[in-house]
Amino acid sequence: MTRTALVFILLLAGISGPTLAQSGGSATLVVRDHRFEPAELTVPAGQKIELQVTNADSTPAEFESGELRREKLLPPGKTVTIYVGPLRPGQYEFFDDFHPSTRGHLVAR
Amino acid sequence: MLAVALIVFRETLEAALIASIVLAASLGIPHRHRWVATGVAAGVLGSGVVAVFAAGIEAAFAGSGQELLNAGILWLAVVMLGWHSIWMARHGRELAAHAGILGREVATGTRPLAALAVITAAAVLREGSETVLFVFGIAASAQGGAAPLVAGVFIGVAGGVVAGVLLYLGLLRIPLHRLFAVTGWMVLLLAAGLAAQGAGFLVQADLLPALGDQLWNTTWLLSEESVPGRILHTLVGYVARPAGMQVIAYVATLIVIGLPMRAISRAGRVKAVAQPL
Repeated sequence: MTRTALVFILLLAGISGPTLAQSGGSATLVVRDHRFEPAELTVPAGQKIELQVTNADSTPAEFESGELRREKLLPPGKTVTIYVGPLRPGQYEFFDDFHPSTRGHLVAR
Repeated sequence: MLAVALIVFRETLEAALIASIVLAASLGIPHRHRWVATGVAAGVLGSGVVAVFAAGIEAAFAGSGQELLNAGILWLAVVMLGWHSIWMARHGRELAAHAGILGREVATGTRPLAALAVITAAAVLREGSETVLFVFGIAASAQGGAAPLVAGVFIGVAGGVVAGVLLYLGLLRIPLHRLFAVTGWMVLLLAAGLAAQGAGFLVQADLLPALGDQLWNTTWLLSEESVPGRILHTLVGYVARPAGMQVIAYVATLIVIGLPMRAISRAGRVKAVAQPL
């Protein structure tokens, strides 16, 4: 069982090796009046993205995305950093977990 | 009110499910209720503290404070679940066979009671601080006054607790000689799932490599946002789109806790056969 796991881990490392080397994209997002600005954010695919999210509202919010597998609290008036990707080309929905109608999406291309 | 109730329910559900699993898994250990209750109280208190210092925590460790805190809480719970599992592998038979009349070691020796408290505290704290922030955010924006808000929180918490109690009562219906085998597996999978969640936070903070952002995607089969998906996420760590690092954390936890568990419980079985009590 241990050997199978080791082989599995090495396999994983091998699969993802090339994507690790690339990084560098960045993007910014603002929550204002319980709305994401911009609601559609375009980022490069295949790169790790440093996402800077600012909460311009006076109440806390929570950036959440099942598709990006991310969740992070946004204290009022603060900017937080969330790393995403490297992503395959496509569209990724995100929302404010505290105000589920506050939604936006990321387009990786 | 309904929106508040739903969000509070979701956050309470996770903690309640974890608490009921550890309560069932520790059936027969004296004073377990007191320790689990202490854990819940500590978790609620801690949630308030974390919520108050949320902005400071966020800014700590170059903006990775939230992720480090979450991963720390989750991994502490994993270690405690591991301790509990291995202890139960050693003493579960004794507890099941002599319910009420405990062996000397179980009665007087080191019991994983602190583990029970820490696991529940961690489970409550993890989702609790978010719930506190959410509720205070709503209260601050004063949408519709205090009464619906209080009602929503109450309904949400009550719903989560009811779900936990139902799981607990369901587990108690399992015959005693089989219960610990079932809860042993549940605790093991729970620990693996929490370890994977912890790894996910460190990937989000860029402290660990993702090793493949999305190894596979089973959303078509079961969405993580659906109620069954969320319950499975809590119970066995179901992730529809796992990162490679999460899979490694999951498998590593299964091995590190599961192998000694099996070895100890096998040795116990051999001893029991050799020296029938």
